[in-house]
Amino acid sequence: MDPYVLKTLNEERRARRAAVLVTDLGDGRDRIVREGDHVAGDLGAAIANAFRTGNSQSVEAEGRTFFLNAHLPRPRLVVIGAVHISQALAPMARIAGYPVEIIDPRTAFATPERFPDVALHAEWPQDVLKRAPLDSYTALAAVTHDPKIDDFALKAALDAQCFYVGALGSRKTHAKRVERLLALGAGADQIARIHAPIGLDIGAASPAEIAVAVLAQTIHAFRSRGLEAKGAVA
Amino acid sequence: MDESIYLDEARDPLIIAEDWMKDGKDVAIATVVETWGSAPRPVGSHLVIDAEGNFHGSVSGGCVEGAVVTEAMDVIGSGKARMLEFGVADETAWQVGLSCGGRIKVYVERLG
Repeated sequence: MDPYVLKTLNEERRARRAAVLVTDLGDGRDRIVREGDHVAGDLGAAIANAFRTGNSQSVEAEGRTFFLNAHLPRPRLVVIGAVHISQALAPMARIAGYPVEIIDPRTAFATPERFPDVALHAEWPQDVLKRAPLDSYTALAAVTHDPKIDDFALKAALDAQCFYVGALGSRKTHAKRVERLLALGAGADQIARIHAPIGLDIGAASPAEIAVAVLAQTIHAFRSRGLEAKGAVA
Repeated sequence: MDESIYLDEARDPLIIAEDWMKDGKDVAIATVVETWGSAPRPVGSHLVIDAEGNFHGSVSGGCVEGAVVTEAMDVIGSGKARMLEFGVADETAWQVGLSCGGRIKVYVERLG
């Protein structure tokens, strides 16, 4: 392995950016491919698949054998609102492989008794996100219904290109939210990325069912990263 | 369950390999590049080895590490990468077999 390649790979991993290490198993030459880099042909298709699935594998391309080692940051889910939905969402998301952080400045809601075994911040999103910024391997679900708490986090999630952004509320609620986010300086195309009403349409009725819908939508967003832009996902 | 979203720098094989390199050590990196059947460690897992035989990480959860370390020390000396294959343990090769019944392919290369 090339020492410079190793150094670069570790820098990307530390910064929570995805990278695929491509090694030619015939001659040992290797290189780093970053998400969004263009690689042509069969090798390019295999690399795109490695980014999407996170699976490492050997592939035959151009008459050679390459090993693709996919280094994806671990995805996480940040939930704004220590509410009933979040109580169901936190354990389910963790089981699915998405560690959860919950942020809610209302100390009556954000208590360890209501949220055992969860990273819980009884603070304003502004303060928490300053310490631990959002990134493209983070999903954000805003479920407080309170613009004072949700709006800043939603704008931050759009700016950080979170792979999933969802907001609880009816279409009417969301229409008002859109006006507020425009006033905060968000672009219309950014705002269009928000999933609202939140969650896949499975007819969810209870808070736990809504949590299932939100988690399913999060997983779908994660596994179809990069495909939306090409119109491959409806 | 490991839930950190950040690297565990003290235990991460590739971080350790870089640290060793900065300390002026010769290093080999072993990588699981293919598995068949039940394999203890997934494709992409690393074991890093220095010229004294110190190692971090794992490619099989303990079954074949000893053999990989020996091969890696040769690779450090020659600079020539090797592909190793390990299968079910049998009587003649029980020390370096996978008792779980799987097979793995491990690529061993020198750093630099």
